[in-house]
Amino acid sequence: MTAPVPFRIRVRFSKLGKVRFLGHRDLARVWERALRKAALPVAYSEGFSPRPRLSFGLALSTAYESLGEYLDIDTWEMWPDLAAVPGRLSACLPEGIDVTAACAVSRSEPSLQQAVTSCTWLIDIVDISAADLGAVVDRALAAPTLMLERERKGNTVTDDLRPQVVALDVVGPTPTGARLHAELGTQPRTLRPSELLAALEPPLEEALVSRTHQWTTSDGARREILPLDATHPMHVGERAS
Amino acid sequence: MGSLWTALEPLLPKVQKPARYIGLEDGSQRPDPQPGQVGWLMMYPDTYEIGLPNQGLQILYEIVNERPDAYAERSYAPWVDLEALMRQRNVPLFSVDTHRAAADFDLIAFNLSAELTYTNVLNCVDLAGVPVRSADRRAEHPLVAVGGHCTYNPEPIADFVDIVVLGDGEEVVSEITEVVREWKTGGRTDGSRENVLRALAQVPGVYVPSLYDAEFDGERLVGIFPRFPDVPEIVEKRTIADLGQWPYPRNQLVPLTEVVHDRLNVEVFRGCTRGCRFCQAGMITRPVRERPAEQVRSMVQSGLRRTGYDEVALTSLSTADFSGIEAVVADTVNDPLNCGQVSVSLPSLRVDAFTVGVAAQIQKARRTGLTFAPEAGTWRMRQVINKLIREEDLYGAVESAYSQGWRRMKLYFLTGLPTETDEDTLGIAELAKNCVELGRAHHKNPSVTVSLGGFVPKPFTPFQWFGQNTPVELQRKIGLVRDATKHSKGVQLKWHDPKATLIEGIMSRGDRRLCPVIEDVWRHGGTFQEWSEHFDHRLWVDTMAAHGLSVDWYVHRHRTEDEVFGWDHLSAGLHRDFLWQDWRDALDHLGLEDCRWTPCYDCGACTGYGIEHVVASAVPPAGGSQGTGQDRSSGGDVPVRLGVKPIAVGAP
Repeated sequence: MTAPVPFRIRVRFSKLGKVRFLGHRDLARVWERALRKAALPVAYSEGFSPRPRLSFGLALSTAYESLGEYLDIDTWEMWPDLAAVPGRLSACLPEGIDVTAACAVSRSEPSLQQAVTSCTWLIDIVDISAADLGAVVDRALAAPTLMLERERKGNTVTDDLRPQVVALDVVGPTPTGARLHAELGTQPRTLRPSELLAALEPPLEEALVSRTHQWTTSDGARREILPLDATHPMHVGERAS
Repeated sequence: MGSLWTALEPLLPKVQKPARYIGLEDGSQRPDPQPGQVGWLMMYPDTYEIGLPNQGLQILYEIVNERPDAYAERSYAPWVDLEALMRQRNVPLFSVDTHRAAADFDLIAFNLSAELTYTNVLNCVDLAGVPVRSADRRAEHPLVAVGGHCTYNPEPIADFVDIVVLGDGEEVVSEITEVVREWKTGGRTDGSRENVLRALAQVPGVYVPSLYDAEFDGERLVGIFPRFPDVPEIVEKRTIADLGQWPYPRNQLVPLTEVVHDRLNVEVFRGCTRGCRFCQAGMITRPVRERPAEQVRSMVQSGLRRTGYDEVALTSLSTADFSGIEAVVADTVNDPLNCGQVSVSLPSLRVDAFTVGVAAQIQKARRTGLTFAPEAGTWRMRQVINKLIREEDLYGAVESAYSQGWRRMKLYFLTGLPTETDEDTLGIAELAKNCVELGRAHHKNPSVTVSLGGFVPKPFTPFQWFGQNTPVELQRKIGLVRDATKHSKGVQLKWHDPKATLIEGIMSRGDRRLCPVIEDVWRHGGTFQEWSEHFDHRLWVDTMAAHGLSVDWYVHRHRTEDEVFGWDHLSAGLHRDFLWQDWRDALDHLGLEDCRWTPCYDCGACTGYGIEHVVASAVPPAGGSQGTGQDRSSGGDVPVRLGVKPIAVGAP
């Protein structure tokens, strides 16, 4: 047994523009290089081929944008000057990926995968008016269930998505159609925007999709994993009010 | 000259690996073209993952972008899914840097490293909206240029390219830029295309196929002759004298998505004089020009800092031959700034020069794969190909690798070599089995992967006269090795498809009569022929037959001394009589020493261009026997434990 790595830094970052087409696995490699470029110490895994100990939150589908992505970084030594970390890391990341907050979190905090309870999304739909989209949303919310047939592990299963839809409304028209706002649950499994759209009547096709927030719940209150002004060393748990 | 991004963006969610098309790499540039500037589109005719790491294109990309009168961007062949969408929506080929249309550039410059990418060249030109045949292009169309190793026989694509550049591109890219700039300044008027091509033909190293006629007498080529008196009869390759003057790429591109050779690459020398007779690269890139060790160190150090890579490859045709290789490796691995996390890989490791010292240095960080290339299974066969590795050399290297903790290694072999007998072929299986046996003393499950490739004779090598083995014969030989290793635990066998080897063979020594064949294969959808799922052997063979051309005549026929080759009007500096003598020596099993450390054989590569080998060390490296009979201890004794008795690597 080896000693547990004592420190964990949680960063929030955005993924906007052309870089939205970068897949999750590639993004992890981009992060490994960025941390080496920024010369920030990171703990490595043991074994034949040691890798930096990074854990990402809920994977973002390729081609989606986000204002609220998260990454936990384990380290043997606390990083100095956390306030400077967002700028230092952003300079080492590709255009479109910017670190917007960095915070030390306790190793006893639940992992990002466990902590997140819902995500807020903006979903663009083309060739539809805001009024027509509003009617689709009203129908979906008025119905007792929102059934979707999908493949899972080779089996066809039918799920009711309705309990996972925390909020759903029309933001307004866009130059090419209209925009939806949705808050979708992530426990026990994530409801994806594409799955929601497929369950609507009629089913809709997504254009640009952006994740704007990831939420957690503590003591019955919903709060962001890291708010955008969270760049200071403090345990997330302590900050919850 | 607007960006095509808004047209491309809606297509990307529908294709595989969309990150191939977004650019944004660290090191990439976003030029803002000014009137009169010459625009180069540096293009690799295969996928982004294969093309991005190409060092030649990256070097030229930087050199052009440093010029005030020019700019360069990059492009790669879109995969078939995106291509279909582009054709459906009329989106032309684009650069990945600013997503500018390919046809907006003044030159589209392809790197040609593999014959099976030729149809992709046509496809990319067509996707750019440019006529595929150079004769059909007008003043408004870009010039289509090619460079790289395949250009030493460009005749199979002569009808499709405007200019062919032979040899090192560092200097000539600027000379071409200046000629094209004049053309632009003159307004690229109607009919001016012929003038710019005539002017480019005056630039040393530039071959303009349309200014030459190929004359045939029946099947036989009589010669390729200039159509105008001012056009050179022989086009000589370009060679830069001093690699130290060209520390490029200064800002190696760091792709966001995974590519082949995804690491920092630092070229430590160019050229090779080992004289392996099958190896075109070793023949056409002579002489040897080492980069000063100090420059290698600083390129490694600054490159690692800038890129965030944790692996660096020291590249060349035979990296263990670099003077002072051990010190450079040690400095890199032990640099405290690298936190002990940086690994070094040495591609093209020669078996006989592999030293315990180097291996021990490398394995301090992560252990990368080990690949040795004995190339042939018996000493006799290795004498024929002039790869003078003794079995003891190989076993010594393998033993030391196992004792340093490696469990797996890869061995490269060729089959279908001149004079090869079944005994030679079966020798491959023997060597592999013996290597696994050596490993058992150190590990429970040692493993050796044998990679077997069919030999394709190449222009400007001593084997250019040799008739390539048929696919049936190659398959039989592969079968011999397969059967002989079937029950050997620890030996894995991989082989290159002999049918693909056949098609490579057609183009390797083909002539202009293949142009319509390549065009037809492309028109029938034959793109991405390097990819086994797209390779269509039948299409090639049927198209050859439809054009009345004999595969046997192009590929399997032995050539005679007086045969006129389709590349006789081009020159890599090598004297034809040197190559012929070397071919005769091969058939007599005579080895040839490395001329870096022995007297000159007058191959022509140095004397013809008034340059010399640039080597920091006057003595050959440890283990560098190469049959020279030289005192191999001069590079330093390297004790290796083979069994219980310590011996020197490669010692008899």
